[in-house]
Amino acid sequence: MSERSEFDVLVVGGGPAGIAAACCAAEATPRVAIVDDNPALGGQIWRDEPAPSTSQSAIWYQRLARLPVQIIAGTRAFAQAGPHILVAESEDGVCELAFRKLILATGARERFLPFPGWTLPNVMGAGGLQALARSGLTMRGKKIVVAGTGPLLLAAAAHLRQSGAEICLIAEQASRRHLIVFSVRLVCHSSKLQDALALRRELAGVPYLTSCWPAAAQGKEKLESVMLRRGAKTWSVDCDYLACGFHLVPNTELAALLGCGVEQGRVRVDDLQQTTVPDVHCAGEPTGIGGLELSLVEGQIAGHAAAGAPDAARGLFAKRKGLRRFAAGMDRAFALRPQLRSLPQADTLVCRCEDVPLGRLREHSSWRAAKLLTRCGMGPCQGRVCAPAVEFLLGWNVESVRPPVFPVRVESLTTTVTGAPPTLS
Amino acid sequence: MVIIGAGIIGAACARECALAGLRVAVVEADFVGGGATAAGMGHIVVMDDSEPQFALTRYSQQLWRELASELPADVEYMACGTIWVAADEQEMQEVRRKHDFYGARRVPTEILDPRALYEAEPHLRPGLVGALLVPEDLVIYAPCAARFLLRQAQARNCDLHMGTVKGIREDGVVLQDGSVLQAGTVVNAAGTWAKELTPGLEMRPRKGHLVITDRYPGFVRHQLVELGYLKSAHTLTAESFAFNVQPRITGQLLIGSSRQFGVEETSVDNHIIAGMLARACQYLPELSRMSAIRCWTGFRAATPDKLPVIGKCPGHEHLYLATGHEGLGITTSLGTARLLLDQLLNRAPAIPLEPYLPGRVMETAHA
Repeated sequence: MSERSEFDVLVVGGGPAGIAAACCAAEATPRVAIVDDNPALGGQIWRDEPAPSTSQSAIWYQRLARLPVQIIAGTRAFAQAGPHILVAESEDGVCELAFRKLILATGARERFLPFPGWTLPNVMGAGGLQALARSGLTMRGKKIVVAGTGPLLLAAAAHLRQSGAEICLIAEQASRRHLIVFSVRLVCHSSKLQDALALRRELAGVPYLTSCWPAAAQGKEKLESVMLRRGAKTWSVDCDYLACGFHLVPNTELAALLGCGVEQGRVRVDDLQQTTVPDVHCAGEPTGIGGLELSLVEGQIAGHAAAGAPDAARGLFAKRKGLRRFAAGMDRAFALRPQLRSLPQADTLVCRCEDVPLGRLREHSSWRAAKLLTRCGMGPCQGRVCAPAVEFLLGWNVESVRPPVFPVRVESLTTTVTGAPPTLS
Repeated sequence: MVIIGAGIIGAACARECALAGLRVAVVEADFVGGGATAAGMGHIVVMDDSEPQFALTRYSQQLWRELASELPADVEYMACGTIWVAADEQEMQEVRRKHDFYGARRVPTEILDPRALYEAEPHLRPGLVGALLVPEDLVIYAPCAARFLLRQAQARNCDLHMGTVKGIREDGVVLQDGSVLQAGTVVNAAGTWAKELTPGLEMRPRKGHLVITDRYPGFVRHQLVELGYLKSAHTLTAESFAFNVQPRITGQLLIGSSRQFGVEETSVDNHIIAGMLARACQYLPELSRMSAIRCWTGFRAATPDKLPVIGKCPGHEHLYLATGHEGLGITTSLGTARLLLDQLLNRAPAIPLEPYLPGRVMETAHA
């Protein structure tokens, strides 16, 4: 038998959107909790951040600390036990989390695209390598190529440089023309502009090549060099690591499991951030990649709305509108160019869990057929890595979700509070 | 001829008929092996519920064994055998009965005492009284097997049409888009959907749940089934679970099984998963700490007497049925195909056909 806790507002995900949602909800209603699978709050972006007390994250952490929000850390919601009840797993066991209102703030993950050699050791996600550096992997003197697309490449490069690494170059697949249009928008958002200028300063002297992407990672036992392509030119750069990411993919799995409408990889929400399922709100990256500021605003709107204060939520609509316009501009600027579809060869692995190369996927006509006949996406990552790549490469609809949304211990699936205890025949 | 459905039954029938020189078209609404074929365990098992069930499962298993050397690697053919585990003296009596039954029909089996059982499967819980090993039982990955069977047919004389059959006529089948595939013979092998095209067929969908784990190579070496299975699987009650764990060639463990009537939603039912896994953990306690990756459901096409429907549909000269295989369709697909062709060609079958003929489960026959 597992424990059952009940909340007025339950927030899944303790990143910026979740923290903002919990703060606004807790200022209006008593029983609020955040459940997060990591031991510490902050999400991908704020976790392990060395936080000076004036930083934006510090202000939110302080606001949260003054409120009676229960933090359920190291706990991962993986299924629905019944209406208004989630089941979650931690080291210690399973718990049931009952709620009146639910706010999904499940964040995003990096998108990876396969190219020859991408599975070699030391080819890492840009965010992943950044996290390893934060947790103590020594970067001093390491040569790193940063490649892919999106604003996070710059942030990762700046952080890795601060950690002592030598950034050989940053290869951004987007074109210079697209980025200029985007920069014009940046000027309209003074805080974003300042961030961008700060990054530029930190990366002074590092070549930033647009319309440039990794054609192959090369090496025997591990990565030795990266083959880059720009226009008709290809050349090789020796390096210790390739930090590679192609922008972000919204984490929509839990929302989909709860039956929330998901369109084009984003959770559908109304003005008050409510999904198509009553009493379930969604905020931040799962509704579309928009960055920190938009996540905070959406989180606040969802928090106010879930706590029954829609007027407070409405006060933030104008700000959200501006930020969403900015996000749409970012989507256009960093849209993946079609040439990237021709990077993987027939023998390039697409699914790393089950070792499925692209050539075997091409024999099939749909994601489900390919999964069943090749096992693509059937490993422990449950398709989190390969499905977005397959969607881009083959244009398939990859939305399919089954409980548990994360792998869990068998025993976690044997304990249920709701429903009668299972009878054994 | 037109075969409706490219599940393992339709694929096996297509292969058998095409290899015999018939011109075959297969119509599939989704993709090859995508229905119950993909949802099941792929356990090729000899069963002894009744003489006809035994005859068809054994006959089919031998056909699989003959085909073994031709199967491509992705079919994951694994001759792991089945161990029927006895938890008490009553179940041990069942072990001895099965041993005698199979022995009399020349199926090799071996009674395991507790020592032999724990040597074979060291992770089973202590206190079990023995088991029956059926070494010729095996395991395959059914969706790829269906694809292989259909490809063999296609290499001879078979076309695959993607589309949904709307109706069966005297001269063939009508597809959803209005087009007609003409054929002198139609085989309805549409599994749980067969009933929609052939009304009056007494068949119900019986829902099952399965769970697959991460990779734990060598943890289990045989397909393990409890003998309590007999008490649960073969009664036609509303809801039952049994311990049934299969090792995959990948090192993953496939955990079953459940049976439910009267449920039509495809969604995973936590309550059923909980009961099924609790049962499995009773037999393999270490399972409880292992990582479960995925749960899913499927529907078996169940007839009242638990035997499939193979043969000419009463009142229709041109229509044949090959459906109603419940949880044994992967096993009995090859035998089904052979018996179907025997009827089409008026050949003498290797086992008696009568128990599987459709008349017994057609409502008109009882009217």
